[in-house]
Formats: sequence, structure tokens, C-alpha cells
Amino acid sequence: MATETQTPVAAPAPSGGVGQRAWLFVSLIALVLLALAPFVIYPVFLMKALCFALFACAFNLLIGYVGLLSFGHAAFFGGAAYVTAHAAKVWLLPPELAILLGTLFAGVCGAAVGALAIRRQGIYFAMTTLALSQMLFFVFLQAPFTGGEDGIQGVPRGHLFGLLDLNDPYAMYFTVLAIFVGGFWFIHRIVHSPFGQVLKAIRENEQRATSLGYDVSRYKLMAFILSATLAGLAGSTKALVFQLATLTDVQWQMSGEVVLMTLLGGIGTTTGPVIGAFLVVMLQNYLATTALPATVVIGIVFIICVLVFRRGIMGEIGHLLRWKL
Amino acid sequence: MIQDLLGIPPQALFGQLLLGLINGSFYALLSLGLAVIFGMLHVINFAHGALYMVGAFVAWLLMIHLGIGYWPALLIAPLVVAAFGVLIERTMLVRIAKMDPLYGLLLTFGLALVIEGVFRHFYGVSGQPYPPPPSLQGGTNLGFMFLPTYRAWVVVASLVVCLGTWYAIERTKLGSYLRAATEKPQLVQAMGINVPALVTLTFAAAVALAGFAGVLAAPMYQVNPLMGSNLIIVVFAVVVIGGMGSILGAVITGFGLGIVEGLTKVFYPEAANIVIFVVMAIVLLVKPQGLFGKA
Amino acid sequence: MLSVRDLTGYYGESHILHGVEFQIAEGEVVTLIGRNGVGKTTTLRAILGLLDRQEGSIRLQGEEILGLRTDRIARKGIGYVPEDRGIFASLTVEENLLLPPVVKPGGLTTEEVYGLFPRLKERRKSQGTKLSGGEQQMLSIARILRTGARLLLMDEPTEGLAPVIVQQIGSIIAELKRKGFTILLVEQNFHFASGVADRHYVMEDGKVVDMIPNDRLEAEREKLQQYLGV
Ligand SMILES: Nc1ncnc2c1ncn2[C@@H]1O[C@H](COP(=O)(O)OP(=O)(O)O)[C@@H](O)[C@H]1O
Ligand SMILES: [Mg+2]
Repeated sequence: MATETQTPVAAPAPSGGVGQRAWLFVSLIALVLLALAPFVIYPVFLMKALCFALFACAFNLLIGYVGLLSFGHAAFFGGAAYVTAHAAKVWLLPPELAILLGTLFAGVCGAAVGALAIRRQGIYFAMTTLALSQMLFFVFLQAPFTGGEDGIQGVPRGHLFGLLDLNDPYAMYFTVLAIFVGGFWFIHRIVHSPFGQVLKAIRENEQRATSLGYDVSRYKLMAFILSATLAGLAGSTKALVFQLATLTDVQWQMSGEVVLMTLLGGIGTTTGPVIGAFLVVMLQNYLATTALPATVVIGIVFIICVLVFRRGIMGEIGHLLRWKL
Repeated sequence: MIQDLLGIPPQALFGQLLLGLINGSFYALLSLGLAVIFGMLHVINFAHGALYMVGAFVAWLLMIHLGIGYWPALLIAPLVVAAFGVLIERTMLVRIAKMDPLYGLLLTFGLALVIEGVFRHFYGVSGQPYPPPPSLQGGTNLGFMFLPTYRAWVVVASLVVCLGTWYAIERTKLGSYLRAATEKPQLVQAMGINVPALVTLTFAAAVALAGFAGVLAAPMYQVNPLMGSNLIIVVFAVVVIGGMGSILGAVITGFGLGIVEGLTKVFYPEAANIVIFVVMAIVLLVKPQGLFGKA
Repeated sequence: MLSVRDLTGYYGESHILHGVEFQIAEGEVVTLIGRNGVGKTTTLRAILGLLDRQEGSIRLQGEEILGLRTDRIARKGIGYVPEDRGIFASLTVEENLLLPPVVKPGGLTTEEVYGLFPRLKERRKSQGTKLSGGEQQMLSIARILRTGARLLLMDEPTEGLAPVIVQQIGSIIAELKRKGFTILLVEQNFHFASGVADRHYVMEDGKVVDMIPNDRLEAEREKLQQYLGV
């Protein structure tokens, strides 16, 4: 049948783009703002937003640059949080090792889920990731170490590298900021590497990439593992920030939230997921102070995004300015 | 007296098998609807679970506010859900009809959040009891097990509705329109058939099946705003396992997996929640296109 | 019967038809000929309102049909035999045959159709796409004869078929003409076209550039060969 298909990834952006130097300038300003922000805004809010921003960027690596919609990223985010929390609280590992373990765990889960899910495409891929992450949810629900409905509470933040006391909010904030910037930069490098070029080629036309001799499955799997690992890094960090790991972070609703953040900010844009994450976290914080049912509002935002705002904020701006953002 | 099978008392074994069949009924009714919708609209309806919940709630609201009982509700609630489906299809799904199916998934996901959120806002998360109709209360002692009448009814009713749906699609004139429009909608329209209306009708009928399942479920489980959301993810796994190419395939897969789940409850209860996902993983490894899927 | 004026048509952004004009009288068999990609199929699809956008005027027995929804147009009495034959794999031969609804009185009965196409009757329980190419083409034509449509649009019904089958299709079209059907036939098979049609419209680059009555075909042979690039 002759349906015109429109893939939910940013259309190939008009060439040209913003100059290298302008980018550097904007990045520096953003960095300075983020460095000053905790003195004006609640650090906890900022840290939460930064963790979700990294989570959304990791998710975007998959949908934005490979065209794969994972509906199961909560498993990596929340799973890593559990492992980090357990490592820090029960094994008394220092924060850097706890985060490392959580992140590694997410990577391993990503390898398993990814290897299964990439055997199907499109809509089936999305359903498969959702189903597998639900399986992991039940595993976490029943595993003895996760504390069931209560989760793991009172996770010690500890001293980073034995030196920096993370109980100090600013120390914690700058650690989170460093992790976010590192993750963001890493994703940026992946996207602009030869590996990233192949991913984009797969997104544009999978058959063609195959016929050019690329092992498409391997590339997809690699991208999936990288994305899951970075989502895990975000979840691990969040566990230390809130000193808590709960079922909320492994639930399917969380997988939906990261989709929304990315969609709202702009799928396939560099900065969109960050903006989307900040907006959604702000919206949730605001909704928590009102009587409005949060899921209804989030659902409505979702519907509006799909019906009239598919490019997302940064995608729209980029489209208007004909820039690649 | 029948001997214990593998150390399991037959009461427990057959009891769980029956529960498995009942879960399987719901899997079959819902995955059947998902498959029909996907064929015509290229949308995976994430809101299917929420609409199942709406079906149950409509029955409960009819009983509470209007004193309308189970039997009329079994007809009215699916119609209400169908009307709601018409609204959804006409106002939203038509607008993304030619786009990548992933948008449909995202849109209906948002819809599911809204529907569930609204019911949770007004009715909380605790379940509401809904009694089975007097004519279906009680049960029969079969010797090897006690058979509650309502449970038997659920299995029979779902089987009949599933087979009726199969018949309507595979053996009737309207069904031939549906099959043809699934293949080549433009050509079918060029024959003089109002395909957009057919699409709406299909969506409405498929969500009505979900609403029907919801009413069947109401006396079994409590009527709860969240009853659909966990179910729909399992149904997604069922769909991945069965593939969406075949109506009977969806029905067989649904009932089969319900039984597998029931047996797991008997022999290894810890894994009952995840067994369907494990089956899905195995199927992905062995036959990635699904048991009844076309390669 | 059919009058097309200044018809422009688009697929998405691409402009395909640039002011197509032609007329067909009741009972005529008329062809659209022209090289591959000049817009013949697109013209048929435009008549049925199947393009993303179309402008101009299409009148069926004096009534403007451009702008109507596709199924409404079909119900005015137009039958369509698409280029790919459009046989449904999920339907049996008989279901394929009975699929198009009767839109006007005066169509052939199912028995009459089976009389014209006995082979289809033998195979009526088979899956539609299990038929041979020629049988599928027959089925594609057969199923629109029941509907009461008096204007038949046929897109290259002889394409890729063996000469004996082409001959059979030729005699069917002749038979349909005798029965009074009006037929717009897209053809590349010039020899075949000359055997069945009254007139030929020549298309180039999304326009009708010439009209040749069948009896002038020999005289204009050279010009035509230029058009067709043979
Ligand atoms: N679905 C479509 N989308 C875009 N362009 C199309 C489509 N179908 C056909 N075309 C273009 O329209 C032009 C005319 O095609 P068509 O009408 O099929 O030619 P003909 O039938 O004369 O061979 C061709 O250049 C073709 O590439
Ligand atoms: Mg053509």
C-alpha cells in the first residue's frame, strides 16, 4: 500500500549549521550558567533535572540517531539505581565505584535486551523493549535486595575518591554536573564519529546500509548498549543524589517519561532532550503543588506533541532558523 | 479420588489451569483487537488496556448510579467504549494515519495516561467490588475440582466472541472488505467503499472487544483504574510471540500463554509474572517473526 | 461521457500532470498511449481522486466529479482495473470477484461474468494471488463488470502477458464494447491498442499532446513512433 511514511526522527537538517565557534560560545555560556545555577536555584531540582537530561540524551542516541524507539529504558535507568544504591549502602563501596557498578550493570542488561529486541523492527522493537523491561521490573520487584515496595532508602553518598564529601550539596551538584557534561560530550563524540555516521545511515535506510556492507545488527546492538549504559549512568547518579532507589524508576511510566522529554525537546537534536528534561521535571514539580492529576497533564502534553509538535522545541526552532541544533 | 499429579493436589492444578484459561481469554480478546487495529490503522493501540478498564468501570458505574445489572452492561459498556473509540479515531488517529506507526504508539500511550489518570483522579486506586450476576454465582463440584460458574462463563463467552470475530472477519462480506482494505485501502475505496468509515468502524469494534473483556473481568478482579496498564504490556508480549498476521493465531497464542502462565503458578510461582516475557525472549531467539508471523 | 479539462495533479510536492485534456463519448473505447512515466497511470488515478492534490475539471456525464471523495466517484459508475491488477491475497477468487459493491443497476450477473470467464469459476475457491498472471488480469476485469459501472478505466491490462492471453483480453474488450461499455484504456502495446480502440490520445510529460483516430493510425505511424520512442 502506498502510505507515505514519515519516520519519527528529525529530518536531515539543512546543511550549513551553526559555526563551530558559535557552538563553542553557546556551550561556554551554558556551562557558566549551569555552574552558577545552584546558587540561585535549588540544587536538588537542578541535579534531578541533570540526571533526567542525561537519561534523555542517552535515549535520544537511540531514537534520534538510529531510529529505534525503545520503550524500556526505565529498566536500565532504575536498574542501575538499584545496583548503585545496594553497592553504596550494603557493600559500602565509595560513590565512584557504586556508580561504575550500576552503569556496568545497565550496560550488561542493555546487551541482553538489545540482542533480543533488534531481532525485530519498528513497532515490534518498541513492544519488545517494553515487554523485556517489564520483565526486569518484576525481577526487581521480587529480588530480595531491592526492598520491594519500599526500595532502598538512606543510601550514603560517601566521599568521592575518598576526598570530596558528597553530603555537601554543592559538592554533590558539581559532581552531577561533571557527570552530565562528560556524558553529553561522550554522546556528542559518538554521534560525530564514523560510527555515528553509520548509525545515521542505518536510520535513513537500513537496507542500503546493509547493502553497503555494514553489519547493521552489530551497529544497532552497539548503539543500544551505549544508550543503555549512559541511561544507567544517569540512574546511578540519581540514586546517590536522592539516596534512594525505588520501583518508580524501573516502571514503564518512567520509560514513557523519557520518551516525552525527548519528544518535547526534539528527537534527533543535540540539546532538545536536555531542554525537554528540564521542562518535564519543572512541570512535574509544579504539578506536585497543585490538585491537577499529573498523569493526565503529562498524557495531554504527549498527545499534543504527537499531533501538532512532532519536531519538538529545538526541532521547531532549528526548522525556523534552518539551523542544525 | 484422583491421585496427586507430580505432588500437586488436583484441586490446585485445575484451579490454576482455569485461572490461566481466564487470563488467556483476556489476552486473546485484547491481542485480537490489537491485531485487527494494526492491520487497518497501522497503529499499536497502547490505550487498549485503558479501554478495557473503561469497560469495567462503565459496568460498575451503571450498577452504582442507574442500578443497571450485569447482562445489560455486557452490551452497553462495549457500546460506550466503541463510541469513545469513534471519538478517538475521528479526532486523533486520522491525523497521524499516514505517518510512521511509532507515532500511533506514542499518541495512544499519551491517551492511556490521560484515561487512567482521569479515573484514578476520581475513583482512587483501590478497587471497587462488582458482584457476578445471581445466575452465575455458585459453582459445580466436578469431583477433581470445584468449578465456579462465573469462571466457566468467562472462558466460554470469550471463546465464543473470539470465534465470532474470526467468523466475521474471515467469512462475511463485511469481513472481506476489512481484509481487502487492510491490503490495499486505496483500491478498495476506488471500488466505492467508504474506507475511512470502515477504518473507524474497525477501531470501534476492536475497542468494543476490549470493553467487553473489561465487563467480563469486573466480577473476577476488582474494578480498578490500573487494571489495564499492566495487562496491556503482557498483551504486547503475546502479540510479539504470536505475530499479528493471523486472527486465529492471536486467539491460540492468547489462550496458550494463559495456560502456560497458570501452570507456572502451580509449579514455580515465583516466575509466574515473568514467564510470558521469557517465552517471548525464547520465541525471539528461535523464530523472531513470531509463531504465526509472516517472515 | 467523460470530459477532462486542464487537469493538473501532484504526488506530494512533485507536479506530475500539467493540464491534461481529453473527451470520451458514450460507448467509445479510447486509449491513452505514451512512453513510460508520462503520467498515464496518474491520469487514471486523478479521475478517481487518488492523488494528493488535483485541480481542473473532470466531468462525468456533465457532472463535475473532481473534488469528490474517491468512493463517491466510484459510485458514480466508474470501474477501475489498476496497473498491478490489485488482486487481494487474503481473499479467495470468488471473494475478489464479489468484493466491489454494485453501484448502479444494469451490471452483469455473477453467472454472466462466470460465463465470460469460465476459468475463474473453476478456481473460485483458490486464493486470489494463486492465479496465474493472465487469470489475475481476467479477475481484475471481471469483478468490475458486476457493479453496473459503465465507464471502465483499465491500466495496461496486457502488460507482461503471453500473446494468447493478450488476444483473449482483446476479444473481451471487444465484447464489452458491444455491450455498450465505455472504456479508457492505458496501453503501451500499440499493436493491441489499434485492434480495439476508436481513438488514441498521446501523452507526453503530463499532457495530452495529440489525438489520432484509429483509422488514421497507419497514416500517422511515423509520428506516433516518434512519440513512443520506438
Ligand atoms: N506515488 C508516486 N509518488 C511520486 N511520484 C510518482 C508516484 N507515482 C508515479 N510518480 C511519478 O509520476 C510520473 C508519472 O508516472 P505514471 O503516471 O505512473 O506514468 P505512466 O503510467 O505513464 O508510465 C513518473 O515520473 C513517476 O515517477
Ligand atoms: Mg503506468
